[in-house]
Amino acid sequence: MPEAKLSLRGVQKSFGDNQVLRGIDLDVAAGEMICLIGASGSGKSTLLRCINQLEPIDDGTVWLDGLDISEPGLDLGPVRRRIGIVFQSYNLFPHMSALDNVLLAPRRVLGEDSTAQAEALFERFGLAQHMRKYPDQLSGGQQQRVAVIRALAMQPEIMLFDEITAALDPELVGEVLNVLRQLRSEGMTMILATHEMGFARELADRVCFMDGGVIVEEGPPEQIFTAPEVARTQAFLRSVLR
Amino acid sequence: MNRRQTYEAAQRRRSLAVAGVSTFAVLAAIILLVPLAPGWPAVKASFFDGGVFVQTFPTLLQAFLIDVMIFAWSVPLILGLGLAIALARGAQAPALFPLRIFGALYVDIFRGVPVVLTIYLIGFGVPGLGLPRPWNSPYIWGTVALVLTYSAYIAEVLRSGIESIHASQRNAAICLGLSERDTMRYVILPQAIRRVVPANMNMFVALQKDVALLSFIGPVEILRQAGIYKSLLANFTPYVVAAVIFLAVTVPATRYADHLLNRDRDARS
Repeated sequence: MPEAKLSLRGVQKSFGDNQVLRGIDLDVAAGEMICLIGASGSGKSTLLRCINQLEPIDDGTVWLDGLDISEPGLDLGPVRRRIGIVFQSYNLFPHMSALDNVLLAPRRVLGEDSTAQAEALFERFGLAQHMRKYPDQLSGGQQQRVAVIRALAMQPEIMLFDEITAALDPELVGEVLNVLRQLRSEGMTMILATHEMGFARELADRVCFMDGGVIVEEGPPEQIFTAPEVARTQAFLRSVLR
Repeated sequence: MNRRQTYEAAQRRRSLAVAGVSTFAVLAAIILLVPLAPGWPAVKASFFDGGVFVQTFPTLLQAFLIDVMIFAWSVPLILGLGLAIALARGAQAPALFPLRIFGALYVDIFRGVPVVLTIYLIGFGVPGLGLPRPWNSPYIWGTVALVLTYSAYIAEVLRSGIESIHASQRNAAICLGLSERDTMRYVILPQAIRRVVPANMNMFVALQKDVALLSFIGPVEILRQAGIYKSLLANFTPYVVAAVIFLAVTVPATRYADHLLNRDRDARS
């Protein structure tokens, strides 16, 4: 059993005949930030959903602090509390104010009223004046930041980000990336699926290039972006960095 | 006014004029031609007697209050039962399988049988068991028949609402650690119910009319009262009065439901 905060060994996942993950091995240390890069359909999103067990995996193992969370039949409630996830499409609850979106899970799951803590989070990410608004009154960037706050309110140990800037207008990407920078500086363990190569290069501890359901190449960003060794990585980076 | 506005104003004036002329022509034809029908004097005397109208209106309006009452206590029962059936049909746990079967059967049966038949069968059948007063009241069993029938429809409407909420909402809730139950209660249902309000409004307009069917099993509500007057006065005008009273309630309600539907469609487009 590996020592890391989060460990994946031989993770496989198919949807019908389509095998999306073909054996993923990955170790993530506490406080580490990993960026998953690769073309659409390479399995980045599925990998994230398999880490928090939103998608049950077909084969392989996922350990969280030594606990096999991929064991079939395991009660996943407590596991999901420890792993926060933010989606590309925000998925805020449209019938609740931003603040209620954030407070729902702590109230129902942890049984605590964390209004003060939630307000502090809104303050910290510059959204204090938007707390009472409903999602459709907020810009995409603001909604996405609320989604981050909502996940953080459960005080997760790991955060997963599934291309969270991909649906945003270019001028709104920056404010969301700043939130990630802030989390990074606070030592949050993070895994990002992203197309923001500049951002990955700037902040990631490690970059994993995925293609065809496997991690083709991984290493420190400088190495991956300046001297990729595998031909597929080189081709991908040539096409996205132009 | 710019060129475009001038043109559109002219177009509007033209279509208004055409609509006015054609409406006038149709009305004139009806007013001039219908009285030429050989039976018109008889029909006029027996359906549109002004004296009878004025004489029966107050009592019929009062009888209509009974319809409103039955309607008013049926609605919360229908909503409660309809929601229970809708949730039962979506129950996933294997232990709740009988509930799912029951929900499906329930909807099949009560949507499949004409309301009048259900009212007859329950309204005459159950009191036939020899229940003591007041448990043999047609008000009770008539209400039960309406509630059973309309719950089946409302359950289906609610279920379609629940299924219309995108899976990503459920995923987001589950990923926060919420239980299935809390996800349904706090995330899915509030959105689903809001979405089906207009459709349910239409169901309740239909219910308001169907309350009159209870007249077949006893309660002297508006339709029954109109029948009594018809026999008493040998005149059909009381039925016209009843129709007018129903329209006074259902037309605004239907318009309001349409308004909600349109607003909902506009909001989503």
